[in-house]
Parts: sequence; C-alpha cells; structure tokens
Amino acid sequence: MAEMDTSSGGGHKKGPGVKKSKKLSTRVDLTPMVDLGFLLITFFIFTTTMSQPTAMKLFLPKDTDKPEEQNKVKASGALTLLLGKNDQIYYYEGELAPDASNFKTTSFKEIRKVILDKKRATDEKDFVVVIKPDNDATYKNTVDILDEMTINDVKRYAMVDISPVEYSLVQRTEQAGGVK
Amino acid sequence: MTAMCDVAFLLLSFFILTTKFKPPDALSVTTPKSVSTQILKTKNSVLITLDKDGKAYFSVSDENGPEKADIIDYVDQQKSLGLTDAEKSAFKRSGAYVSTPFNQLKSYLQLNSDQMKNFKAPGIPVTDTLNNEMQMWLRAAADAFQGKTMSVFLKGDNLAKYPSLKGIIDALKKNDIMKFSMITDPEGVPPGTELAKKVEAKGRAVTDQ
Repeated sequence: MAEMDTSSGGGHKKGPGVKKSKKLSTRVDLTPMVDLGFLLITFFIFTTTMSQPTAMKLFLPKDTDKPEEQNKVKASGALTLLLGKNDQIYYYEGELAPDASNFKTTSFKEIRKVILDKKRATDEKDFVVVIKPDNDATYKNTVDILDEMTINDVKRYAMVDISPVEYSLVQRTEQAGGVK
Repeated sequence: MTAMCDVAFLLLSFFILTTKFKPPDALSVTTPKSVSTQILKTKNSVLITLDKDGKAYFSVSDENGPEKADIIDYVDQQKSLGLTDAEKSAFKRSGAYVSTPFNQLKSYLQLNSDQMKNFKAPGIPVTDTLNNEMQMWLRAAADAFQGKTMSVFLKGDNLAKYPSLKGIIDALKKNDIMKFSMITDPEGVPPGTELAKKVEAKGRAVTDQ
C-alpha cells in the first residue's frame, strides 16, 4: 500500500566502479496506527448510547365522591395485585376472603401467567386489574407492573391505595416468609 | 492487512459520527425498563426526578426560559419568599433544578453552581399529604404554561419507594394534570405475548397510544 517504486527504472547495468547503493524500503510500519484505530473503535463502541430514553404514558382517573361517576367493578372479574417488599407480588381474585384463603404469593416472573389465566377465565368487560403498591414497593415494581398491563393487553387497570387490612396481611405474610 | 485497516477506520468513523455525548447529569438515576417505544420530547416539558432515596426534584426544560421565569415569580409571590433577581436567575440557569422545601429555597438559590452540585439536597417534600410542596410547583408550572400543552415527565430511580411516587401522583391530580409520562429505557417485547402479536400485526408503535 504505502510504498513507492524506488527501483531505478530502465534496468541498465551500473558501471564497475559504481557502488551498489543499498535500497531503502519505503514501507511504513502500519501496526501502531491500526492499534490506535482499534483502540478508538473500542472507546466509541463503549461510550456510544444507541438507545434513547422512552416515555411511558399514564392516565390518571379523576377522584370523585359521587357514586354515579365512579366505575363499578364487578368483584368476580377483579384481580388485585399487591406489590410488596423484595419484588414480591401478592394477589387475590375477586374479593379478599375473611380468612385470607385466596391470598396468594407470586413473583414478577410468574405474574404474567396469573394475569393471563384470570383474563382467559373472565368476561372481557368485567375484567379489571387493581394494582396496590404498598409502602415498601419500589418505583421499578410499579413501572414493571404497569408495563405488564401493556404487554398482556389489559384494557382496564387501576392504581389504588392499599387498605390497612391488606397491608397488615402482606406484612404478616412477609414476616412468616422471612422476607426482610 | 490493508483491507482490515480499511474496515477498522470505516468503523471508527461510523462510531465517531454516530456517537452523541450525554449531557452530564447532575443526578444519577437508573430508570426502569419498559416496552414503550415513544421517544421523549423535551419541548414544553416539566421534569420531576425521583432519586434512589425517594427525594423529589423539580426542573423545567431549558428551552422554556420565559416559563421558568414565570414559575419562579409565581412561587415567590405565593409563598412570599422575597427572592431577589439574582436568586431568581439562579433558577433560570440552564440545567438548574430545585430540590429543597420552600423555607430553604432562598439559601439554596444563593449558592453558586459549583456549590449547588455538591449540595446535599433534602428533596421537595411530597410524602406528607398536608404539606405536599410539589403541588405548588406544579400549579406554578400549569399557570406558566397556560395556552400551551405542557408535558410532565417523571424520571424515577429503580429503588425509589412507592410513597414518593404516590405523593407526586397526588400532586398531579390536585392540579388536574391527568396525564403524565414516565421516562424509561426501552426493552424488547417478550415473545409470545399479546403485545408481541399486536406489534407483529400492526408494526411498531402500538404502545404509543
């Protein structure tokens, strides 16, 4: 690549007294340049941010005290998810039984199945997911569960405050399960 | 050798040209991931940040200088803080954010930009229902952005606890801002789910609605 034709063209023979001059090679050693090139490539590969942050929209319902403006939720079609400590999810279908027999524990990995099962089992117009993050749930949990709603195409979902009964139940379950 | 060298430099120039340096963030926040594909716009926007301790920060897009001035004037009047012009201009500085309760706001705005970086912010009180100061900031913002569509962005850290988020949602609701966006990092749609089927059927952008 980087070389010049240094041969003295023609090719006539030099006279007997003329010393043969040593031909200097004009080849340049490219290795350091290539090294530097790759170094820079790695630098730019690591620093480049290909992914731009995205925005996830959330619409809030208006708080209302008038019963005629409130959305009625059929208890049988409701799935209530309680977000607890350490990425735990507790859930129950319909209304919470007084003895808490339908109160179950799951995780973010398995929640999709729970939602889909419930969705399949109920009439579409009755199906609603109620999300209740408790005070130990993180922002990530909340976003993840809202994302899960989009992923599973849940049309109706609401974020509601946790009730004291549910909160104490969650805490008791956490203590029993040794979740710190 | 020559060919490899060519390829290497081609790649090099590609990365040099495509790279976009992130503006240095004053706050380090690791946002959660979501399947949302909407790219965020910064014009006419108000950004609420939640750091990993659940402290709230309030800032306005740098493209909206006049609104920033209106907001700080409004807050100054409502809370009779007696801010001077110099203190107000500290709020208007590019990249400035507020992270203190109103009673510390004056002294906070007196700091120079270096001191502000090292300032240990107490955060805007949001978890207290009676004294939710984010409400006032949002009211000021809603007032300043009148006639324009203001978009509210929430950038929360993975580890922030829910009560702070709830405090912010409450503040938004009180101001009748029923729509806001949460800033997330993009993530692939899990295969086999309903959303994946929708995406296949309609192409991208179904999550944008």
